[in-house]
Amino acid sequence: MRRPASSLALRAAILSVGFLAAFLLVWQVATHGVGRTEAMDPDYAALMGQTATTGKSAMPGPAEVGATIWRHLKDPFYDRGPNDKGIGIQLAYSIGRVALGYGLAVLVAIPIGFLIGMSPLIGRALDPYIQLLKPVSPLAWMPLALYTIKDSGLSAIFVIFICSLWPMLINTAFGVASTRKEWLNVARTLEVGPFRRAVTVVLPAAAPTILTGMRISIGIAWLVIVAAEMLVGGTGIGYFVWNEWNNLSITNVITSILVIGLVGMLLDQGLARAQRLVTFPE
Amino acid sequence: MAALIPFRPAPSPGLRAIPGHRPMSDDKYISIEGIARRYPAPGGGRTTVFEDLWLPMRRGEFVCMIGHSGCGKTTVLNILAGLEAPSEGVVIAAGREITGPSLDRAVIFQGHALLPWRTVLGNVAYAVSSRWRKAGKAEVEERARAAIATVGLAGSEHKRPAELSGGMKQRVGIARALAIAPKMLLMDEPFSALDALTRGTLQDEVRRICLETGQTVFMITHDVDEAIYLADRIVLMTNGPGAQVAEIVENPLPKARDRAALHHAPGYYALRNHLIDFLVTRSRSFKDARPADYDPRHPPVVRPTLSDSDAAAIAASA
Repeated sequence: MRRPASSLALRAAILSVGFLAAFLLVWQVATHGVGRTEAMDPDYAALMGQTATTGKSAMPGPAEVGATIWRHLKDPFYDRGPNDKGIGIQLAYSIGRVALGYGLAVLVAIPIGFLIGMSPLIGRALDPYIQLLKPVSPLAWMPLALYTIKDSGLSAIFVIFICSLWPMLINTAFGVASTRKEWLNVARTLEVGPFRRAVTVVLPAAAPTILTGMRISIGIAWLVIVAAEMLVGGTGIGYFVWNEWNNLSITNVITSILVIGLVGMLLDQGLARAQRLVTFPE
Repeated sequence: MAALIPFRPAPSPGLRAIPGHRPMSDDKYISIEGIARRYPAPGGGRTTVFEDLWLPMRRGEFVCMIGHSGCGKTTVLNILAGLEAPSEGVVIAAGREITGPSLDRAVIFQGHALLPWRTVLGNVAYAVSSRWRKAGKAEVEERARAAIATVGLAGSEHKRPAELSGGMKQRVGIARALAIAPKMLLMDEPFSALDALTRGTLQDEVRRICLETGQTVFMITHDVDEAIYLADRIVLMTNGPGAQVAEIVENPLPKARDRAALHHAPGYYALRNHLIDFLVTRSRSFKDARPADYDPRHPPVVRPTLSDSDAAAIAASA
């Protein structure tokens, strides 16, 4: 008997829910604790904390994390001073920094990528620098950025800029350089000038490759912003994670992990959709 | 075999080039003058693909070039299109040297070369708006639709190339070339990737359109029957490297050709055999067995007339 295609999706969904349930169960059991361990002086017990006195795990269970998530979701934008802001505000800071750094990188990488792709001379001339700078961890730029820019927020944006730059630059150059010669010849025989040719032939031909680069870049930018904000501090989801670690609030750390993953997924899906829009079947 | 070649070389037509003086006449609408293509050979020296190539073309004439791979046919076409420059020599089109691509010379590419992100209408409109830069959107669309209708694709304007069959794609390529009202069509084996049936239909279409619009056409093909059906003159290229025009065969078949009855036309098989003999043996041996009076500036023009034996055979059967 042949099963309809939707049956696969349905079975996959059931299995997914099953995995989640199993994971939550293991988590619950693992963090349940072992019960009272030994009797001790109440004053000493107060110093020791619950792990020693009641055998309760320091790791929060799924119910606690769920409650925390719900609390954050109910009021994501509260602001009670520099060390207590809603997770929505922290995310907005991070997304803003990524948007600025990434946007700047788009404005720089795509024109230069076009230049490299169209001119083998410039491509060869710039290649050693790109090869040298591409493997540098973006965080290695941080001290230099702090020293020259003298502003931690702008430095984080610079770090996002520099890490988003390379995949877009390389993919744009590759996409432009591999525009089919016959398409360019079509434009040439129609006496289409270089600028119109770049816009009407090269750009659409290279668009899927450029979007691939942009998708890789946004993924890296979102990875790097957390680390960058841990360093520069103040605001942002990275700072929030580090601050909650200092507060020993593991529930908040786990909540942030989930939220960071969710936002990263949405950014990636958004660009995947844009990529589908510019992809042409051949 | 000689009996199968009832052609006699005709005296060269009086098309002597006068140095420094290039009259623009209908007889020499396009003039290929001594072009060569050389490139650096591995290990020093230069390889010559073809050299000393001379070929005049009349206005409204359909010329097919036949030769084996590697004789530089496509390079000749690209030079005519202005996409490549010859290493030596010049090509004169309508009294002017070709220095680059021109909207006067439309190219129909071998691999259709449609822009896959544009619809059928978009592809043709791109050419139209390149030809008439100041034309309004409505005018561009009207011209594009007219060209699409000419090749019988009305109704498919909004399809993308990926949704079309090979034959339909090549029709769009033809529509795109026709839409800019060129003075000359250049075709690089336009039907070689199509199945025999589609190829036949498209040959009919191209022939009809070219006759209606009086196009001057230069077409590269490796299909002898295609050349016989379409061409007024067939240029035979020897094998590369160092390829040359061995001869120019004038097609004796009447201009009004019926595809179905073509192979019954007097002289058809003689012509076909002549071409195939050339491709099989003479394209290779020509270099060593060059006629004593061979002059690359005036390649021998073979004007087919029935041989005495053929005429006798026809008389006997009557």
